[in-house]
Amino acid sequence: MTSQAVDEIKIGGLGASRKRVEDDRFIRGKGNYTDDITLPGMLHMEILRSPLAHARIKSIDTSRAWEIPGVHLVLTGEMMATRNLAWMPTLSYDTQAVLATDKVRFQGQEVACVIADDPYIAKDACEAIDVEYEPLPVIVNPMQALAEGAPVIRDDKENQPDNVVFNWEVGDKAGTDAAFAQADVVSRLALHYPRSHPSPIECCGSIADFNRATSKLTVYMTTQAPHIIRAAVALVAELPEQMIRIISPDIGGGFGNKVPVYPGYVCSILASILLERPVKWIEDKSGNLISTGFARDIYLDGEMALRKDGKILAVRMHTESDHGAFFSDAQPSKFKIGLMHSAFAAYDIPHAHLTARGTYTNKAPGGVAYRCSFRVTEAMFFQERMVQSAATDLGMDQAEFRRMNFVKDDDFPHRTPFGFLTDSGQYAKCLDVGLKAIDYENFRARQAEARKRGKLLGLGISTMTEPLGAGNSREYDILGIKMFDSADLKVHMTGKALLRTGARGQGQGHETTWAQIVAHELGIPAQDVVVEEGDTDTAPFGMGTYASRSTPVAGAAVAMVSRKIRAKARRLAAHLLEVSEEDVEWELGRFYVRSAPDRGVTIQECAMAAYSNMPDGMEPGLENTAYYDPPNLTWPFAVYIVTVEVDPQTGVWDVLSMVAVDDCGVRINPMIVEGQIMGGLTEAYAMASMQFITFDAEGNCVGSNYMDYLLPTAWETPGFELHSEVVTPCPHHPIGAKGIGECAAVGGPAAFVNAVIDALDGMGVRNIDMPLLPDRVWEAITYRRDVSGAPPVRSDD
Amino acid sequence: MTIVYDDTSEDTGSVPIRRIKFTINGKKKIAEVEPRLLLSHLIRRGLELTGTHMGCDTTNCGACTVLVDGKPVKSCTMLAVQVDGHEISTVEGLAGQSELHPLQEGFKQEHGLQCGFCTPGMMMAAKALLDENPSPTEDEVRWALSGNLCRCTGYQNIVKSVLWAAEKLRGSAE
Repeated sequence: MTSQAVDEIKIGGLGASRKRVEDDRFIRGKGNYTDDITLPGMLHMEILRSPLAHARIKSIDTSRAWEIPGVHLVLTGEMMATRNLAWMPTLSYDTQAVLATDKVRFQGQEVACVIADDPYIAKDACEAIDVEYEPLPVIVNPMQALAEGAPVIRDDKENQPDNVVFNWEVGDKAGTDAAFAQADVVSRLALHYPRSHPSPIECCGSIADFNRATSKLTVYMTTQAPHIIRAAVALVAELPEQMIRIISPDIGGGFGNKVPVYPGYVCSILASILLERPVKWIEDKSGNLISTGFARDIYLDGEMALRKDGKILAVRMHTESDHGAFFSDAQPSKFKIGLMHSAFAAYDIPHAHLTARGTYTNKAPGGVAYRCSFRVTEAMFFQERMVQSAATDLGMDQAEFRRMNFVKDDDFPHRTPFGFLTDSGQYAKCLDVGLKAIDYENFRARQAEARKRGKLLGLGISTMTEPLGAGNSREYDILGIKMFDSADLKVHMTGKALLRTGARGQGQGHETTWAQIVAHELGIPAQDVVVEEGDTDTAPFGMGTYASRSTPVAGAAVAMVSRKIRAKARRLAAHLLEVSEEDVEWELGRFYVRSAPDRGVTIQECAMAAYSNMPDGMEPGLENTAYYDPPNLTWPFAVYIVTVEVDPQTGVWDVLSMVAVDDCGVRINPMIVEGQIMGGLTEAYAMASMQFITFDAEGNCVGSNYMDYLLPTAWETPGFELHSEVVTPCPHHPIGAKGIGECAAVGGPAAFVNAVIDALDGMGVRNIDMPLLPDRVWEAITYRRDVSGAPPVRSDD
Repeated sequence: MTIVYDDTSEDTGSVPIRRIKFTINGKKKIAEVEPRLLLSHLIRRGLELTGTHMGCDTTNCGACTVLVDGKPVKSCTMLAVQVDGHEISTVEGLAGQSELHPLQEGFKQEHGLQCGFCTPGMMMAAKALLDENPSPTEDEVRWALSGNLCRCTGYQNIVKSVLWAAEKLRGSAE
């Protein structure tokens, strides 16, 4: 019988910067990624892709491929069609070609597959497939798609006379119009948020293993959401769900790219069923970049009604989004343009109205939420670019303009301009911390002084609010499946435990963090808790990891299942202490008698009793499962401030400093949280400065490998200064935590762009589209004009 | 690598095979390989050392970095036949029997990895640096790792990890 509560930090509980347990295998080269798995009798699959962006398929001749020794199967769209698998449903209620039958609709589209003894043979055989194409006119942006007489890309669909995917609107049109009529100043901004690719270093892949003897299909695959895949396979391939096992092994980064279902997965599954052997498909980098889930590619046009003292009266926005050839947005909301209307959540704006239109083009489909809740990155980017433009038009200080329009700390819960209900925020405090850290007043003085010497310094501010944690089941689902998540906790008799959740980490450190939540709730040391995820035969049903939903939803489920375990342990404790349950008190790791605090039992003693000494009538064991449906999203917020120096001769810009002030509520593992923020800031810098995936007039993808699609290295990436002093616990999350993995990637890009535009103040430059490549900045400075980045790419780019 | 083919046609011709000898992580090996086989595939599939990852197959990402005669090489762009008579080190050879290499410890201590995919390549590139320069500056570390891409960490902690390892190695050398 113990008399001491355990020390939470010592046992690796909430707030401990515990070293990561998953590192032990990764640093030894003992990770287990999809491509590391070899099964007996395994064959290899390669995909033949279309070289053209839009063309009718006149013929496919596979005879030469079949003749190559070592080739077992050549799949074409025609063969897929005989099994009703030439097309598959997308996550956005559209259809997508698995292997092309009638025509190809983007460069890189899957046309045929070869399955062979060896990947080299499969690649050889792909080159021996002869496809005859009849080229068709190509569309690479929404303006072309909407033009009179534009070819209809989706002529496979009935009732699709044009290239429009959807029209959608939200907000208060009449109120907004009225507010604009009252405005002293109207500020306007139009920009293109370019296509970007999440590009995890590990590409996509799968190993399908159909066992004829047991009728069981096991698929190892690079997926952020194994249970959704199981459901999709059951529904699309019409296999019994209990006979499908999806295993998501270690994942080499996801960032949204590994949420959708790709044709390669489907082909490997069919091939394994046909051949009754395991079939491995591992995509190459070009395949990943030109065919899998891209992000963004949206034209944002908006205006802000302003009173001359600086008060924002209303906002009006229109978006034209480019969805590529198939509408396969991987997003769980009921809103056609995702959470775009989370825009301006930080600001107290009485009226707002948004119209949105989506179009088909001859570009890869995908529309994934690249390190964000879907479309929030675009929303926050436009918000902060618009705010900067408005402040400039009013001649007001950037910081002061934001401060006067922020939602005040005591105005929460607050209804955002487009109708979301936010629960908390301390925007002014975040801004103050950031301004102090960047030494704002001094920087402005230095900037003015440098300008006199012809040096261009700039400072950019970005305020971010991210609606995170999809979702609550009223508004968020995937194909009707509600967006809850789950945790299953088994406490063994020795007080050690096994925890499984429906999430699937890809580097976020779930194996470390989830154990810390158990430690916080039960006082079981984190090192005594093993965490497993990613196997649909063992994990409870959950919706997976994306949209920073793990901590808000699965993490909450971990806390809730721990509390269920604690409730049973309390009854065991009362039995062991021979008192009534009402007389038992809890402190971390132990129950004690209220009137005699020295008399207590540890959680471990309760665990042993659950198997060896339970009271009469009590069910044995100490295991439970919790499914958690959050009441609302979580609303982390942040302020990012960047200073830059721009070289007017070359357009090259360097980051002088960057400060990030993130409020993600309670931090479970501060070390991991900071790692997430630094990763997000780097992707923000990447999007702002170099990640460039575009298309020429023929629909050729420019940016189809890492020589063209530049990712920052250790050399270019700036240093970051992180601040954690603003903490507003989430009011509805069981431990007050919010999502954090994406915030910096969402809010960061505008800070970089605002800084460069600020450096060009007075030159008549209102906008340069991302990425701010040196030639674009040079063009803006030299010709004193805005620079657009919309495709088709110009010949001088 | 030896591959058994289904004999499906009369005149397949013979698959050209080369016999090579090399050392990997201190162990001597003989392999029979197709001349076109990439070193990364020899390591991953032939030797089943899957710690060396393949990210881009175009020499850009550095996930497949190994040491050949002590020099960092992206093994997706070297042919297996080129290592005939040479010495290869991979991530699996970093740790000793009982203890981790300081780079491995450093990456864990300084949270220098998240998804772990780039980590083996990063550590091998870093090892080549520290073997040559035991006291690198932050800029020297950043430059030495500039052929290795990481999407998760933002590099700041990777740089700290390498500096941590350098300090530990210097300490143990004294």
